[in-house]
Amino acid sequence: MSELTLKNLSKKPDLICPGARLCSGCDETIIVRLVLKATRGPTIVTNATGCLEVATTSFPYTAWDLPWIHSAFENTAATASGIEAAIKAMKKRKEGPLSNFENIDVLAFAGDGGTYDIGFQALSGAIERGHDFTYILLDNEAYMNTGIQRSGATPFSASTTTSPAGKIFLGKTENKKPLDEIIIAHALPYFATINAAWPLDVIKKTRKGIDINGPTFLHAIVPCSRGWRFPPEKTIEISRLAVQTCIFPLYEVNNYKGKTTYELSSPSLSIAKRPETKKTVEEYLKQQGRFSHLFKPEINKEYLKQIQETVDLKWSILLDKCGI
Amino acid sequence: MSKLKKKSELEPGAIPFKSSKEYETGDWGITYPKIDYNKCTKCTLCHFFCPEGAINVREDGYTEVDYRYCKGCGICSHECPVKCIEMIVKK
Ligand code: SF4
Ligand code: SF4
Repeated sequence: MSELTLKNLSKKPDLICPGARLCSGCDETIIVRLVLKATRGPTIVTNATGCLEVATTSFPYTAWDLPWIHSAFENTAATASGIEAAIKAMKKRKEGPLSNFENIDVLAFAGDGGTYDIGFQALSGAIERGHDFTYILLDNEAYMNTGIQRSGATPFSASTTTSPAGKIFLGKTENKKPLDEIIIAHALPYFATINAAWPLDVIKKTRKGIDINGPTFLHAIVPCSRGWRFPPEKTIEISRLAVQTCIFPLYEVNNYKGKTTYELSSPSLSIAKRPETKKTVEEYLKQQGRFSHLFKPEINKEYLKQIQETVDLKWSILLDKCGI
Repeated sequence: MSKLKKKSELEPGAIPFKSSKEYETGDWGITYPKIDYNKCTKCTLCHFFCPEGAINVREDGYTEVDYRYCKGCGICSHECPVKCIEMIVKK
C-alpha cells in the first residue's frame, strides 16, 4: 500500500468479512475494519472474550480473514506476548512455520471489561516486558455482551443493569477509571485515542502503532446502540460528539528515550484553538437512554454541572500536558 | 455451502471454520439503503462507516451496497455528507 489516503485505502480489501453477528450499527466492526486497513503485511490477531469475539466466530463461521487466536477475558495481552515471543524464537532458530516471514505484526483486541478490569494485570505485564504488539481497546463502557453490566470504564451516572438509575442512586456512583493515565504511566513508546468518526486518523494512528517497535496502545471509544440506548444510525454521530464535547479528546502520547510528549490530534486541537466551538456535555448525554434519568422527569442541573466540571477539569489538565 | 475441513487436514490445535461470508445477514434489517448516483460525490465515506463492510467501491469510484449483508442500520444514510442515501422500508 502506497500512501495512506482514503482513496487508496478504499480499494484495500477488508480483512474482516461480512456475515458477523454483531448488532446492527455496531461501532466495533467499524473500528476493526479501519484498524485492519492499516496493516502493512502478515498479521496475527488475538481477541479477548467479548462482543467482538463471540459475534465474529460463531461456529462454524469466522469473519476473520487472517490468523486469529481466541483469548479468555484475562489474558489477551499475555497471548499477544506469546505470539511475539514465538515469532522471535522461530526466526532465531530459522525453523518453524513463522520463521520465513520477514515481518509479522501482532494485534490484540479487547473490550473495556477485558482491559480496565479482568485483563489489566496481563496487559500491564506485557507492556512492562516490552513486547512488540499493538493493543486496541474497544471501549463501549460496560459488559455489553453479557447484558450491560457496569465496568471500570462505565462513566459516572450511566445507568446499567448493575448500576440502575432509581430513586436513591442515579446510575453509577463512581467515576470512569483513569486508564489512559495508568497506561501512559508505563512509559510505553506510543499511546493514542481513536474515534471511528475520523476514519483516516484511526488508520494513521494504527499504522504508527504497528510501525513502532515495542508495545503500543490505542483506546477507541465505541458507542453501543443497545447499551447506551440510541438508534443505531446515530453511532457515528454520538462518537463524534464524544470528541466535540471533550469527553473523549483525541490525542497521541510518544515516549522517546524517557521523554513523554503529548500532542492533540486535529479534531481536538481545533477545539483548543477555538474554545467557543466546544459543545456542552448535555448535547452528548441527552441523546443516550442510559442518561435519560438526568433529563426526566426534570433536568437534573446539579448532576449535569458536576459532569461538566469534571470534563472541563480533565480537558484543562490535558491541554496543560500538551503545552497549550 | 462449503464443507468443513477434517481435523486431520489441519495444523495441530487449529479448528475447522468456514467464512462468515456464507452467513448472509441481509434479512436482518427492516430498511435498506438506496444511493442516488446523481448526487453521490464518490467521497467513499459510506464505505468506511459501514459496520458490515457491505459497501464496496467500484472501479468507477462510486460506492455500491452489497444487500446480501446490509443490516439496515442506517449509518451510511445518516453520515453521507450530501445526503444522497435514502433508507427505504422493505415491503
Ligand atoms: S457517503 Fe454519500 S457521497 Fe460519499 S460515496 Fe457514499 S453515497 Fe457517495
Ligand atoms: S444501512 Fe448500515 S449495514 Fe447497510 S449499507 Fe448502510 S451502513 Fe452498511
